[in-house]
Amino acid sequence: MTRRAIDQEDPDRLYTVTGGRTRADETAFDSVSLVVSECRPTPGMQSEHVKILRMTRRPTAVVEISAELRLPVSVVKILLRDLLDTGRITVRHPSAATQAGQPDPELLKQVLIALHDL
Amino acid sequence: MPSTTSDQPAAGVRAPLRETAVDALKIVIVGGFGVGKTTMVGSVSEIQPLSTEEVMTQASVGIDDASRVRTKATTTVAFDFGRITLNSSMVLYLFGAPGQQRFWFVWDQLFAGSLGAVVMVDTRRLEESFYSIDRLEHHRMPFVVAVNRFADGPALSSVRDALALSPEVPIVDCDARERSSCKTVLITLVEHLARMHDLSPVRESTP
Repeated sequence: MTRRAIDQEDPDRLYTVTGGRTRADETAFDSVSLVVSECRPTPGMQSEHVKILRMTRRPTAVVEISAELRLPVSVVKILLRDLLDTGRITVRHPSAATQAGQPDPELLKQVLIALHDL
Repeated sequence: MPSTTSDQPAAGVRAPLRETAVDALKIVIVGGFGVGKTTMVGSVSEIQPLSTEEVMTQASVGIDDASRVRTKATTTVAFDFGRITLNSSMVLYLFGAPGQQRFWFVWDQLFAGSLGAVVMVDTRRLEESFYSIDRLEHHRMPFVVAVNRFADGPALSSVRDALALSPEVPIVDCDARERSSCKTVLITLVEHLARMHDLSPVRESTP
């Protein structure tokens, strides 16, 4: 797949979506952090925030939100940061990505069992 | 799930995760253009593979050698992914990522904390894998090599020699179109991870 939307896209759109911010706190979200909405969208809310709240009624990974909104992962992280700061979403962080070093052997065992059962 | 004629996933056809999903894991499939990464993701994924992009943030500059792109405002990398629900709480995300140079600028942003990687190799273009293997070693990311056979080619032992793989790195044949074959590759990787854990409590550092 060679979709190149960002390269072709008017940069103003990305600027507007994030209010000109270019960086999120990278530690707040992993690319596969699972996001869950804690409230319904309210009138006057930014359209991307509305879409995220609708999409995350069930746990949804950051990259899936990115694919659905057609926005780069880092832009989505900025949008999510707003929602997290105002308590509108909660985040389930990936255990392997937040621990330094090697994955827990018990976790690997569970992954193996699940893969064999596929 | 209702079928759709559009290749754009519409909001209504998204397959959500279970409510109980709490822990997501990552495995990255790295390889050159046309080597079969997307095919492999599609063969084992429970969802139609999705595609998205990442832009390199300022934070990445300096971590890798970004001197070549400093004059460019942003570096954009497209990648595909799919997922496998492992059990009620765990879900595995599989990323298909281009091994090209600029991809490695976004490695830390996207793939820090991955369990491991699969290097997908086409024996007709072995040289395309050298850079990816070098970068994975640099990031201390454990990996296995999967040879996607397009035609008869050299034996695995010759490919191992040509790629100068360490003896402990597994290398397997694979047909990216076959779900069972892709499953075997993933199992080989996770078994390799488990073995590394058993052998060395602290991962050996490589210069």
